[in-house]
Amino acid sequence: MEKPILEVDNLRIRYGGASAEAVRGVSFTLGRERLGIVGESGSGKSTVGRALLRLLPGATITADKLRFGELDLLTLSEKEMLKVRGRRMSMILQDPKFSLNPIRRVGDQVAETYLRHFRCSKAEARDKALAMLEAVKIRDPERVYDQYPHEISGGMGQRVMIAMMLLADPDLVIADEPTSALDVTVRLQVLNILDGLVRDRGIGLIMISHDLNLVRNFCDRVLIMYAGRVVETLAARDLDRAEHPYTRGLLAAQPRIGGGRAPLAVLDRQLEWLEEKA
Amino acid sequence: MSHRRIRFYGAAGQVGTIAVTLLGLLLLTFFIGRLMPADPVRAIIGEDATRETYEQVYRSLGLDRPLWEQFAYYLGDVFTGNFGTSIRTGQPVIQDILHVMPATIELATFAILIGAGLGVPLGVFAAVNKDRWPDHVVRVFSLFGHSMPIFWTGMIALIVFYAHLGLVGGSGRMDQFYIGLVEERTGFLLIDSLIAGEMDVFWSAVNHIILPAALLGYSSSAYITRMTRSFMLDQLGQEYVTTARVKGLSRNQTIWQHAFVNIRVQLVTIIALAYGSLLEGAVLIETVFAWPGFGQYLTNNLITGDMNAVMTCVLIVGVIFIGLNLLSDVLYRIFDPRTR
Repeated sequence: MEKPILEVDNLRIRYGGASAEAVRGVSFTLGRERLGIVGESGSGKSTVGRALLRLLPGATITADKLRFGELDLLTLSEKEMLKVRGRRMSMILQDPKFSLNPIRRVGDQVAETYLRHFRCSKAEARDKALAMLEAVKIRDPERVYDQYPHEISGGMGQRVMIAMMLLADPDLVIADEPTSALDVTVRLQVLNILDGLVRDRGIGLIMISHDLNLVRNFCDRVLIMYAGRVVETLAARDLDRAEHPYTRGLLAAQPRIGGGRAPLAVLDRQLEWLEEKA
Repeated sequence: MSHRRIRFYGAAGQVGTIAVTLLGLLLLTFFIGRLMPADPVRAIIGEDATRETYEQVYRSLGLDRPLWEQFAYYLGDVFTGNFGTSIRTGQPVIQDILHVMPATIELATFAILIGAGLGVPLGVFAAVNKDRWPDHVVRVFSLFGHSMPIFWTGMIALIVFYAHLGLVGGSGRMDQFYIGLVEERTGFLLIDSLIAGEMDVFWSAVNHIILPAALLGYSSSAYITRMTRSFMLDQLGQEYVTTARVKGLSRNQTIWQHAFVNIRVQLVTIIALAYGSLLEGAVLIETVFAWPGFGQYLTNNLITGDMNAVMTCVLIVGVIFIGLNLLSDVLYRIFDPRTR
């Protein structure tokens, strides 16, 4: 097996002042693949994503191992982290309505990533940004470059976000619910664009989602998280053969087109799901 | 094209709003003049005049005509720049005001520079360190500035910094010795003395303005600090701040290049309003420091019932605030693309 991009072993995160840990001993490795992290609200999936970028103010992060390429994310100084964020690891946030600066031209916001990490002229960064906007299939990049976030649609906003986060050619992209804020009709379109770019460029992808079907179609492997722990890891194509009762419960709770009209199954939560595996 | 039309209607609407506001303001000042218990006729002819003289002056002032007609005359006067004569000084009101206004503008400008220069960085600092000790220190500091009566701090400061330490000049705009030495061109002493090349006068003026300006600045910085803090907290809680961090910007870059840039219009607005209230409301400090400014002038006129002067002063304050509001509207249009 090739050398993994990311190795996480026994990751624990506690928010300042909280009595319990938000993430309790998560371990996984990631190669140049697409990994889905699925779980309900509060299961700690987004917290894991932000911890990798060390963007959790006030939280305490511990782990036996947190390696990103040749870097140890636990001991890296903040100054060194600045060179990692945006350049080698980046994150696509959920809703472009809020995640883009409302009073800056979208193109300038994309170009900022490049200006931050490479010594170059503004014109050069602009060209890079335009090329990237084209790569995310924005039809008229020159025009969109000068528009403001409120002037573009949600789907286009999220493509701008993707352009911004892939511009510096990172090794790893974390997509935190990248399509939950979008209309169903543009979801697939945006996902296909993201998927194409990630594959072409050999970028590792962590897709954080609560949508089992989406993860099934766009990921190679899936981690199922419950209450701050990974309860099950399996290949996306084997999702139907999941063994953990929580995963089985989630699958059973999904409506099926053409299925019966019987009430959907409801999760029967067991206390033992909360226990840490020895 | 449709964009241009929208912008045109926007501008036209603005002009209309201002016109209506101005008219309302004029109505207000007019009725202040009519409703105040001061009798303009008595003020002119004195207490001992005969009934005939009273009637005559009453008619010549147009007071026997219907109110709307009087208002029309008043409008005509205002628009031709005729604000009447001050009974107290015997001079045209507008001339009096032109004489006192520069002293106040000088003081208020100095004060707002101090107030904003202190308040904005402190507000950002407090927001960034929310609920930690720097935030609490800033809060106490600005609460202090907000709650101390300024005439009291003024007197204490005079005793300490002037009487005991001798660090600054005392009351008035300059040392007694220099009064009348510099020809009045603009009315702004700092500028006039520079034009005349009188550096001694200039430094004396600086020495005199620094203490009252610092006190006014401190008290308005309290407000500016609190507003800046809450504007900043608003922005720092937004997701685009996270985006900037994910892109690799440092904490400071994110704070100053993203969040702070996004509050500049709101900041200019509240600073402008603070400036406006300094222009009208520095009465107490002007009294303590014997500063011959607008606040003192207005108060004296109110006390003596010099209605022409009072009406004009109220009108000016009103116009200042209309102007400041207009300024902030225009700034929003320029800096916030969502309002275009």
